[in-house]
Amino acid sequence: MPKLIKHDRVIDDAWTLLGADAAAGDVPATGPVLVPLRLWQAERSALLARGEIGVWLAPDEEPAKLAADVAQLPVIAVDFPKFGDGRGFSTARLLRERYGFAGELRAVGDIFRDQLFYLRECGFDAFAVRSDLDPERELAGLTAFDRVYTASTHTPHPWFRERVTRVAEAAPRDVWFPCG
Amino acid sequence: MYRYDAFDRSIVHRRVAEFRNQTRRFLAGELTEDEFRPLRLRNGLYIQKHAPMLRIAIPYGLLSTRQLRALATIARRYDRGYGHFTTRQNLQLNWPALVDVPEILNDLAEVEMHAIQTSGNCIRNTTSDHFAGVAADEIVDPRPYCELIRQWSTLNPEFSFLPRKFKIAVSGATTDRAATLVHDIGLHALRGEDGGVGFRVIVGGGLGRTPMVGHVIHDFVPEAELLNYLDAILRVYNRYGRRDNIYKARIKILVKERTPTRFAEEVEAEWAHLAGGPNTVPEGEIARLAAHFEAPAYESLPPVDSGYRAARADNRAFERWVERNVFAHKVPGYAAVTLSLKKTGVPPGDVTSEQMEAIADLADTLSFGELRVSHEQNLILSDVRQRDLFELWSSLRTLGLATPNIGLLTDIICCPGGDFCSLANAKSIPIAEAIQRQFDDLDYLHDIGELDLNISGCMNACGHHHVGNIGILGVDKNGAEWYQVSIGGAQGKHAALGKVIGPSFAAHQMPAVIARLINVYIARRSEEETFSDTVRRVGIEPFKEHVYAEAHQA
Ligand code: SF4
Repeated sequence: MPKLIKHDRVIDDAWTLLGADAAAGDVPATGPVLVPLRLWQAERSALLARGEIGVWLAPDEEPAKLAADVAQLPVIAVDFPKFGDGRGFSTARLLRERYGFAGELRAVGDIFRDQLFYLRECGFDAFAVRSDLDPERELAGLTAFDRVYTASTHTPHPWFRERVTRVAEAAPRDVWFPCG
Repeated sequence: MYRYDAFDRSIVHRRVAEFRNQTRRFLAGELTEDEFRPLRLRNGLYIQKHAPMLRIAIPYGLLSTRQLRALATIARRYDRGYGHFTTRQNLQLNWPALVDVPEILNDLAEVEMHAIQTSGNCIRNTTSDHFAGVAADEIVDPRPYCELIRQWSTLNPEFSFLPRKFKIAVSGATTDRAATLVHDIGLHALRGEDGGVGFRVIVGGGLGRTPMVGHVIHDFVPEAELLNYLDAILRVYNRYGRRDNIYKARIKILVKERTPTRFAEEVEAEWAHLAGGPNTVPEGEIARLAAHFEAPAYESLPPVDSGYRAARADNRAFERWVERNVFAHKVPGYAAVTLSLKKTGVPPGDVTSEQMEAIADLADTLSFGELRVSHEQNLILSDVRQRDLFELWSSLRTLGLATPNIGLLTDIICCPGGDFCSLANAKSIPIAEAIQRQFDDLDYLHDIGELDLNISGCMNACGHHHVGNIGILGVDKNGAEWYQVSIGGAQGKHAALGKVIGPSFAAHQMPAVIARLINVYIARRSEEETFSDTVRRVGIEPFKEHVYAEAHQA
């Protein structure tokens, strides 16, 4: 079974992802499935009735299109067709912070360890790393940093709001330098 | 000067560890060249013609002497004993070995420096006024805000994979010395009616293939909202900036396609959601940052030192240097001094390790242990007592750093060009040198007066040729190196883009072409007019005619 990094560990992934051109007839009778936005919009009530449906967004698709559906969808995925295409980072923050999506937010596509930390900061909690990679090894990307300065979905306060208290407590070098 | 705390240190050290791991994976074949490229780029590492090039960030151009000495040591140990200061106030090393780069980054981290986001499609080093904190025309000291932006932008998770590189410049003075109108975002720090600080926000300026002067999209964003407003701009750009064509991917194209008005509306709509949110900057944080930039312990001195006045009267060479290289200071009895990195025969912006160490010694004894890098690729000692200027000048002369040419024709802004850069169409350093040799008569040079001459080796415009009063651009004609000349550009508050005067020239013609442009100016100028004033008044035709008429006969 394919693997998924979710909540910072590797688990089995039961979800099937249907390609951008999938039609209603391609949806399997059973099992959890991620459908493209277009198919979701066309078949919303039928898909809702079937259950176990998630939707995936391409980088140029507006997260606002799912604003009314966030409570019904257990999973939303955002596609990163290329490592360097960073639109999905904004998509994720909007889904979480503006539209209040609380389900699994999954990054799919050209995903490997060097984006994982940034993706999690932006609200992703699940990562389908590229199938040629060992997800256990890619997990290392999540611990590249503890946090950065700015506020984001995962780290709701910028460092300057914590600075006063935390710096006073910090001090010993190894608290902050676990990697040497 | 900003000093790191434990958290700042942890960020740079973790970054070094991360890059060490990425380099190891690349060298072991676990990362392909394509995968490694964006990772090394966001650590300032390019693969150049001869070797990798490492670009080290000098946040808003501010350096301590401890840092400068560390840079000298790094350049000697891992490179060929020199570095190159760039038009974005950074330092480039041209010859490091890839395997050494993690070590170099580690040495940098030890002195609170890094190479984070000095290249790649992310928010680059924020640049500012090299006279910040000392200029008499300053309204607001921009440095605390630059540091605020540096921290916000460092490893910003949402904006680490932008359509293209993104540059922010901040000015807080009446005179814009930070080229804010030709940046992706330019910020002018202002005081509101109640005395509170806010920012005029300019977007969509830039040089490169499609040069543009930026547009004001907001007149006064209060300081507390600065990061929320920047988040709004960057989010609109990250989501809608073009990614299909790298030549159309800068924010200036988005602003143009949307129109500045519509773009501003989109930013406002996004800001409406973010305003008052987590990134709102509390007063305490601004005060904390500002405390790092408190003025040094100035002595109270008479406005004019008598020994200094006498030395100026007695010594023509000293006087000439004072006229060009010494800048008035807001504190009586002090001056800011520009060390010219534009000596003829030395590539503009280059400094050897020995020079760096000697400069650090001078800054320690004469200027409170700090210095600045200007975007014109010179170094500045910002707090020198007038009575020490003669001694400083004498030392700088020995070091070859006292060329009295700041703001003059030979103070050339010049990119590394074809000697180093793999993107170049043509060499730029030898052209700068040939022009400097043509104008080696100091009396004549001073008579010509203020003139910005800028050279880029290709349309990426690292040498800011569009905003030079005279701009030179390397072009490729059937594999040969040619040079296109434009005039009428300007930087500062009245930034303007130059106009090309006509067909391009071969390298050997360039000194004569510049000489002819100057001849027209000398013949046509009226009292007190600078070169760019004359061009503005008479237009480019007379210049064009003279240059090409004579070229014909030659
Ligand atoms: S302007 Fe062109 S040649 Fe010069 S440094 Fe930039 S990319 Fe290289």
